Amino acid sequence: MESLSFSFETELSAERRVHVGVVGSGDLEVLLEPREEGGAEVSVLTSVDGYEHVWSRVLDRFFSRRPLGGRYEIRDFGATPGVVSLRLAQAAAEAS
Amino acid sequence: MSRGRTWMKALAGDAVEAPVPSVLCADGEVDGCTARFLAVVPDPESPFQRARNGELGLREAWTLARLVREAAESDLSGSRRAIVAVVDLPGQAYGRLEETAALHLALAAASDAYATARLAGHPVVALIVGEALSGGFLAHGFQANRILALDDPGVTVHAMHEEAAARVTMRTVADLRRLADSVPPLAFDAATWASLGMCEPLIGGVDVEDPGPDDVRTVRQRLAASISEARDSPRDLSVRLASEGARENRQASIAVRAKLAEQWG
Amino acid sequence: MTRTGSWRPTLARRSFIELPARERSRAILDEGTFRELLGPFDRLMSPWLPRQGIVPQSDDGVVVARGEIDGRAAVVLAVESAFQGGSIGEVGGSKMAGALELALRDYDDGRPVRPVILFETGGVRLQEANLGLAVIAELNAAVSALRPVVPVVGVSAGMVGCFGGMGITAGLCSYLILTRQARLGLNGPQVIEQEAGVEEFDSEDRALIYAVDGGEQRFEMGVADALVDDDASLVRDTVRAAFSLGVPEVHRSQEFGRYGELVERAASSPPTDPASLRTSWGRSEVSQRLADAVQEIEETPA
Repeated sequence: MESLSFSFETELSAERRVHVGVVGSGDLEVLLEPREEGGAEVSVLTSVDGYEHVWSRVLDRFFSRRPLGGRYEIRDFGATPGVVSLRLAQAAAEAS
Repeated sequence: MSRGRTWMKALAGDAVEAPVPSVLCADGEVDGCTARFLAVVPDPESPFQRARNGELGLREAWTLARLVREAAESDLSGSRRAIVAVVDLPGQAYGRLEETAALHLALAAASDAYATARLAGHPVVALIVGEALSGGFLAHGFQANRILALDDPGVTVHAMHEEAAARVTMRTVADLRRLADSVPPLAFDAATWASLGMCEPLIGGVDVEDPGPDDVRTVRQRLAASISEARDSPRDLSVRLASEGARENRQASIAVRAKLAEQWG
Repeated sequence: MTRTGSWRPTLARRSFIELPARERSRAILDEGTFRELLGPFDRLMSPWLPRQGIVPQSDDGVVVARGEIDGRAAVVLAVESAFQGGSIGEVGGSKMAGALELALRDYDDGRPVRPVILFETGGVRLQEANLGLAVIAELNAAVSALRPVVPVVGVSAGMVGCFGGMGITAGLCSYLILTRQARLGLNGPQVIEQEAGVEEFDSEDRALIYAVDGGEQRFEMGVADALVDDDASLVRDTVRAAFSLGVPEVHRSQEFGRYGELVERAASSPPTDPASLRTSWGRSEVSQRLADAVQEIEETPA
């Protein structure tokens, strides 16, 4: 199990708090809350060690497309990059 | 001889009867007050083949339900006798017949009988003298107002046998034992279980397999104290979360209730 | 109608089984009344899982939702089977027990609350072992305290069903509603196979599992009170109907005379086919009244 954190600069901000997903096998939950200070702070707790670079890439891609600021809390149980992207997109859609 | 049988005889002597071969029942006394003692014991001849080693099976669970309810019903007008569950159970019966004939319902019946007696004001005290495992313990003992346990290596409490638990969680038994050091709810031994705050201080210095008069006296004194305390306390299980052990090891249980009350509306 | 079915056209059906716990709770409650307690953002998580390298979930896999059922105050407790198999840990179990304790307190204050439990669980979370067991004991204590004064309604829909210590909780419910896909028992097939061998119970034999534990079997042998199609509205209406019947005069688990005899007979002539219990045990006494009540609700214009 590994804890990771990332920060991103963003133009927009989450307007409401949102929860999507479930910490099931191959899935993850995302909690997204608005953040006064602007920018995005992402914390990831994942069951699979050694994939920081993959998380970095997936999050980079997400924030370059949807620069939505807020506090992101991710709890992951071995989701693929595709599923991670899906959940992030879901969260962003519900938060704006 | 099973510990359950040993302690039934030690505590209630000649009053012990066997309404069915695998359930012992005795209307004895503690400190001059009536108490019904109950235990499940092995019956190697039982027609329930998967419940011959002292497990809580269909026959045992429905019989306990009857004996506890009868004790409660016959006391409606008078003083409410104590009910003492002597616990020595290698768990519930694991079998196809048991599942087919709704063992889950039988255990519910026993659990509810004890709970209802407690709610009606009967002091229900569990005395763990051996194993207290899983569904068997949920049905026979875990609904008690107060729980006593002997301080002995043969006294263990758990949700599943070690080997089975290891297989299901995909770890080795050695792994699980190591984990138990830092995760108290995983431990099997009585002392660590006691640290979770659900029972009275363990009863030490007693010969568990062959109790003498002093040993029996010690246990009877503790029973008397628990029965008396139960009579003067709330009839729910709130005492389990008010203990020092709970404040140390069940902070989450306490925090959840506090927050629920805040948000209930 | 011999079973609780629905005349509603198939296209209009919404699967209850496919809904996660949160949406199931929402589906049970009157529209617009759902209000979650101790939700994800309260972050009351398992203190024990991270020590074992297991990622916890923000709600510990249990949803507690207040709301209304037929305009009366209600609380729904729903287990999320996608998280750790719906197994019960210290936090999840305490959420359930604590909610029912508050429901009892409200009843004592003259404000009854209708409790519903949605079972999708294998029982105790072994990674929390003795605390999982303890919280189920506390939950069972709360059900026993509540059910003489307020019906406790249980639902199990699948695909996990209801096993382990929670099977006892289901056995305590005043009314139990199952789908055909649900399974209900104390020891799951794998546990029996592990403890007693594959001859005793082949955990890969799907037909056997449903023959013994399946929703239809449990309904026909009288340990469940309704068998419903997998349709969210129908489940909701059956829950409403159950509450309309009030507290049962006698709970199934109180009938030690009847069941004591039935199990002795089962031992002396073991049923080679579990289906034979459908004749000898038969449907529960309330099943027809419940079915009639559901039909009345379904036929009443909204």
